[in-house]
Amino acid sequence: MKGTAKKIFREGLFTNNPVFVQILGICSTLAVTNKLKNTAVMVAGLIFVTAFSSFTISLLRKAIPSRVRMMTQVLIIASYVIMVDIILKAYLPDISKQLGPYVGLIITNCIIMGRAEAFAMSNKPGPSFLDGIASGLGYAYVLLVIAFFRELLGSGKIWEITVLGGWWVNWSMMVMASGAFFMLALFIWVMKGVVLKERSAT
Amino acid sequence: MSFIGAFAIFFAAIFTNNILLTNYLGMCSFLSVSREVKTSLGLGAAVTFVMTFTSVINWAVYRYLLVPHDLVYLRYIVFIVIIAAFVQLVEMAIERLSDALYAALGIFLPLITVNCAILGVSLFMVIRAYGFWQSFAYGLGSGLGWLLAILAMAGIRQKMKTSRVPSGLEGAGITLIIAGIMAMAFTGFSGMIDIT
Repeated sequence: MKGTAKKIFREGLFTNNPVFVQILGICSTLAVTNKLKNTAVMVAGLIFVTAFSSFTISLLRKAIPSRVRMMTQVLIIASYVIMVDIILKAYLPDISKQLGPYVGLIITNCIIMGRAEAFAMSNKPGPSFLDGIASGLGYAYVLLVIAFFRELLGSGKIWEITVLGGWWVNWSMMVMASGAFFMLALFIWVMKGVVLKERSAT
Repeated sequence: MSFIGAFAIFFAAIFTNNILLTNYLGMCSFLSVSREVKTSLGLGAAVTFVMTFTSVINWAVYRYLLVPHDLVYLRYIVFIVIIAAFVQLVEMAIERLSDALYAALGIFLPLITVNCAILGVSLFMVIRAYGFWQSFAYGLGSGLGWLLAILAMAGIRQKMKTSRVPSGLEGAGITLIIAGIMAMAFTGFSGMIDIT
């Protein structure tokens, strides 16, 4: 059990990372990373949804008829997303407003569907839960790194606190759409260089 | 008034607020299907069609069913079910009606249910409180904008087959960089029409 858990986390975080290896869930990766704070809230929501929907789908995996399994999975995921949305609206209304439709779009985030299909449908609830957390974390740290650089370079701030003084000229392209594309491409480039080298070495 | 507003929204959805290049929606299929112009055109057409109709249907359901009965919190489930059902219906209909059309669009339809741009359009429509014509214009415009972006990308990628790309950037990496440059080009339109 301990060995499997370790393997699950290694795969989710590095060798089979949802963002830079499987290239899933790119929409929200790009959209919410202009501020670190929003990103943190978003990834917390995503980890919650992935973990619990994987768990639930795995519990029900023998009861779901395979013809309607996609629809069932989507409905389970949507129920958890609604919970996240309501909680955000109640406790963090400002961030909820800034994230706008992207909270709802967690439903169509391919990471969750991908994990449900590839792991939860054929594994026990316990490992599925861990797998959901691992994939969620793999997604989370990529987003946090990108958000850190985009907020720092784009508005000279970290977590909405100004760190770069008056001498810094905001690189406004970074908070705009194109900056997100370039940051993600750079990140994929760096990670592929490191991860692929590691993989070929072992 | 609302008709002129709809016209502005239509153009804004294509150029200044392109669903793909400024809202990053529909990236998954954008990255994986944009290898050839022909398939991109097929997927783009299917997306435009589904987007236009689901945004209108979702508008009607939201306005006349969810709001009066105070069920707004159920909108995610309702929207995604309507989209999935609509896609299924269209697939069955064109399978019966036209072989040529089915061959061109059929294989792309299942992909569309999980295309986040479709759900995204419905959610933006609710957040921005659009009326009927505005929703129609926004759905159609976003679909065409998406089609435009994926076609341009497919054209560039076809040319790029012969060029040498650093090994770490092959595939998704270089596609994202091109998308970034395209997004920069599209920011040239910004300021002409503003919708938020």
